[in-house]
Amino acid sequence: MSKEDYEIVVGLEVHAELSTKTKIFCSCPTEFGAEPNTHVCPVCMAMPGALPVLNEKVVEYAVKAGLATNCTITRQSKNDRKNYFYPDLPKSYQISQFDKPLCEHGQITIGEEGEEKTIGITRIHIEEDAGKLNHNEFGSGSLVDLNRAGVPLIEIVSEPDMRSSKEAESYLRKIKSILEYIEVSDCKMQEGSLRADVNVSVRKKGAKEFGTRTEMKNMNSFRSIVRAIEYEAQRQIEVLEEGGKINQETLRWDDVSGKTFSMRDKEDAQDYRYFPEPDLVAIKLSEEYIQNIQNHLPELPESRKKRYLEEHGLTKKEAKMLTASKYMSNMFEDTLAICKNSKAVANWLLSDVSRILNEKELEPEQIPFTAENLAKMVILIDKGTISSAIGKKVLEELFEAPKDPEEIIKEKGWIQISDEGAIKEVVLKILENNPQSIIDFKAGKDRALGFLVGQAMKETKGKANPKMLNEMFLEELKK
Amino acid sequence: MDITKLTVHELQEKLKSKEITVVDITKAYVENIEKHEKEVQAFITPLTKEAVEQAKEIQEKIEKGEVNSSLAGIPIGIKDNICTKGVKTTCASKMLENFIAPYNATVMEKINAQNMINLGKMNMDEFAMGSSTEHSYFQKTHNPWNLNTVPGGSSGGSAAAVAADLVPWALGSDTGGSIRQPASFCGVVGLKPTYGLVSRYGLVAFASSLDQIGTITKDVTDSAILLNLIAGHDKKDSTSENKEKVDYTKALKNNVKGLKIGIPKEYFGEGINSEVKKSIEQSIEIYKKLGVTVEECSLDIANYALATYYIIACAEASSNLGRFDGIRYGYRAQNYSDLKELFRNSRSEGFGEEVKRRIILGTYVLSSGYYDAYYKKAQQVRTFVKREYDKLFAKYDILLTPASPTTAFEIGAKDSNPLEMYLADICTVPVNVAGLPGISIPCGIDSKGMPIGMQLIGNKFAEETLLNAAYTFEQEIKFRENYEPTFKGGAN
Amino acid sequence: MQVSKEEILHIARLADLNIKEDEIDKYILNLQDILNFANIVNKASVEGLEETIGTNDSYNVFRKDEIQLFEDNKSLLQNAPEQERNMFKIPKVL
Repeated sequence: MSKEDYEIVVGLEVHAELSTKTKIFCSCPTEFGAEPNTHVCPVCMAMPGALPVLNEKVVEYAVKAGLATNCTITRQSKNDRKNYFYPDLPKSYQISQFDKPLCEHGQITIGEEGEEKTIGITRIHIEEDAGKLNHNEFGSGSLVDLNRAGVPLIEIVSEPDMRSSKEAESYLRKIKSILEYIEVSDCKMQEGSLRADVNVSVRKKGAKEFGTRTEMKNMNSFRSIVRAIEYEAQRQIEVLEEGGKINQETLRWDDVSGKTFSMRDKEDAQDYRYFPEPDLVAIKLSEEYIQNIQNHLPELPESRKKRYLEEHGLTKKEAKMLTASKYMSNMFEDTLAICKNSKAVANWLLSDVSRILNEKELEPEQIPFTAENLAKMVILIDKGTISSAIGKKVLEELFEAPKDPEEIIKEKGWIQISDEGAIKEVVLKILENNPQSIIDFKAGKDRALGFLVGQAMKETKGKANPKMLNEMFLEELKK
Repeated sequence: MDITKLTVHELQEKLKSKEITVVDITKAYVENIEKHEKEVQAFITPLTKEAVEQAKEIQEKIEKGEVNSSLAGIPIGIKDNICTKGVKTTCASKMLENFIAPYNATVMEKINAQNMINLGKMNMDEFAMGSSTEHSYFQKTHNPWNLNTVPGGSSGGSAAAVAADLVPWALGSDTGGSIRQPASFCGVVGLKPTYGLVSRYGLVAFASSLDQIGTITKDVTDSAILLNLIAGHDKKDSTSENKEKVDYTKALKNNVKGLKIGIPKEYFGEGINSEVKKSIEQSIEIYKKLGVTVEECSLDIANYALATYYIIACAEASSNLGRFDGIRYGYRAQNYSDLKELFRNSRSEGFGEEVKRRIILGTYVLSSGYYDAYYKKAQQVRTFVKREYDKLFAKYDILLTPASPTTAFEIGAKDSNPLEMYLADICTVPVNVAGLPGISIPCGIDSKGMPIGMQLIGNKFAEETLLNAAYTFEQEIKFRENYEPTFKGGAN
Repeated sequence: MQVSKEEILHIARLADLNIKEDEIDKYILNLQDILNFANIVNKASVEGLEETIGTNDSYNVFRKDEIQLFEDNKSLLQNAPEQERNMFKIPKVL
């Protein structure tokens, strides 16, 4: 049998840090990147006697996420303790939710127009993040920093509904986009604020039962997730083909070698000993509460897409691409608010901006310049101050050292030459140097005009106003 | 006049009339501590030196009119599982032998705001697990009524110190009787408030759903005064109830006419010492004389409640005590080769035997395969226990039982059998399981001269009724005027 | 209720406690004793009764999402057995 006879089954557990100001159970800030152990207090450091108090925004954000993914919101929910020892978990238990998660039975759709697929969401629950272990570069041992301990998370558990690495990627992209749109998480994968545990199994096509799955934890880039799924599925197929069995286990994905590794066998199977958190009280959500959140849910990508088609005259493809990321879509809308040229803005974002992001392996949220910068550039082109060719160079500059495009073109001397005298001078010089082109043109070869304009552009390093060049050449040639 | 024999409300009167100063009070207690602490061993960390300095400062402030609280300069003893900023908070454990709390428990903030004086941190059973204060890593506390006997526990240091006049009053904590039982062994008043009335923030957790901070005092009036101070909603404790503030001293009316008291017959059967039984029966007669309607009733939940208690308390403890891992604070083993060993060796060497026994039991009942049979069942039984109490409180204002089946036993007498030790908590434990308020007040002494305690149980947040019933009884029998500790016995 | 040696050792590992060889029997006996007693909960007629979750019936106790820094940051590290650069030091973790 070959690879084609097998089907890959993928389920994802996505952890997203919520963008609340404070931690889930104490008033410490959640801000990323502070000096070690400065965003801590007796509660998140698990000092003896300290007690948790639930942040109301965490419940609100989780309900938002639930509603945006078509979940049923649990009216009576609670928190539970998940017990295990690890040095980044100061209480020796994580406050999470076990049998009564805030949201259940949701679904989202992925895939292209006409080929949509529904992916089920089993549950969304709230829990706290752990601290961080740093390797000690200056000495022996590891060092524990608890700034991240207690940062609120939602865990979104999918059904095992994905059948390829590509589907897993589009599911994760969709989840990311939804969370960004409803503004509950900034989903910065490089900072670990969005990460996923990936469950992979394979089975023969047509089989009813799932195969034994393996899990890869804490994956935080799309690329690694896709590679890991493909590698792991292939590995499992090979094991099965050789008559072997898959062990249900947690694997470690190594990005450098591109392989998964079995973690050393633990001496005991994990037993988290969940029980209801006695330091917290029940969560009861009323119809009004849920309805109120539903009413104030920000616009989701589907509705934006529609608006772009109807109000801005974009194509379906353009609208879809722009709304795939909230940052991209916001950039579009914010730029549009200043410069009004929807086609041009959409073009810049979908062609050159996207191309550069790709080259640099950046996500839209990492665009270094502002919507105002981009709008100015489009306006400069529209006014004829610079050419589109210069525009491309300005954009490159904006990625390198973002600032006002007007300043850039001044500094670089990229302002378009629109002075009639100056242009005439160039035109005459080029004509003088290319007598053959004059002859060609007069003989009816229109291409000669293009050649002459090109030469003039070269002469002026692209700064000459192409429209004026054209007109003036014609005028001179007709003499 | 011996200042240390006075109750706090008596001290307050004498301060008001300027008969004495707050410096006089602290000095008198410090002297008494110097005299009796050697034989009682009630303190883990005495703060006598600091207390005298503090008293002088407060005296100055009072004279300058900067302080006008009637509690200013009143000393207090604090059970050593309540966090006191800058002062050791050991929970009587090797694990926390050198632990200096980085913050104050909410109750300590309240005490400090009144300019009261912390006279010291009181001995207890390690992590409040025990009923004799023999399970302290540091020392055994001796009962001032007979130094060969235990003071009860786990708040044994607090109770012994109040009985021996080493502190005018003290804070304790009660998870299954840890205030009421030692109060009864030491002939003082112990109040365990309704779960949620007093903030647990800063109380080192033993069993979160059962723990409650309460008072140990010389009389009921002092209980009311101290409860006034520590009760109230705290936004740092999610389980603390948001109720209107009450002045409990106003509830002390010395009148119980028309009150209905139920006597659960199950608490007078076998296992109850006959002298204790007799004394409680006499107390019932006194209530009748005071115009109370007394009726026998049935509360057949004792064994269920006790089993439930040990399952839930140990389960919660096994999780609560996980944070003691030798990383951020507390004992760290000398020898370890990796992280796992650091955890295991630190915990195994840092915890005492009783603590480890309960962690093992708690881990067992939560572990996969046993959760449903033990923990889940226990939570259902807990609902059952609450319902049974609800039924009785539909009929009665107060339930009356012994505070303990026996009076204080000899040191070392119950060391060997943990189960037997657990069974002795039968009178007090059900009250915690249901989250009710209970008070233990002295009602007599046995033939060996040891105090006997009576327990009154109230409905949720019915502390006013409870305190008035206790107060009225106290006024009638005048226990403190008739008996006092003799400091007899003891090896030296 | 019979508790095996393997079981008690498994439980001890879950609780991150060592049990010495010569303590095993005592732990087993104590545990069995207490479990046998605790088993009485299975005799109670609790058919249809909800589990008690939380001692009191309160619900929805929340905190506002407002930052409040803990002032005495230093005191939070003062009890650490070993620290370096304001972090808790532990044996190397992979």
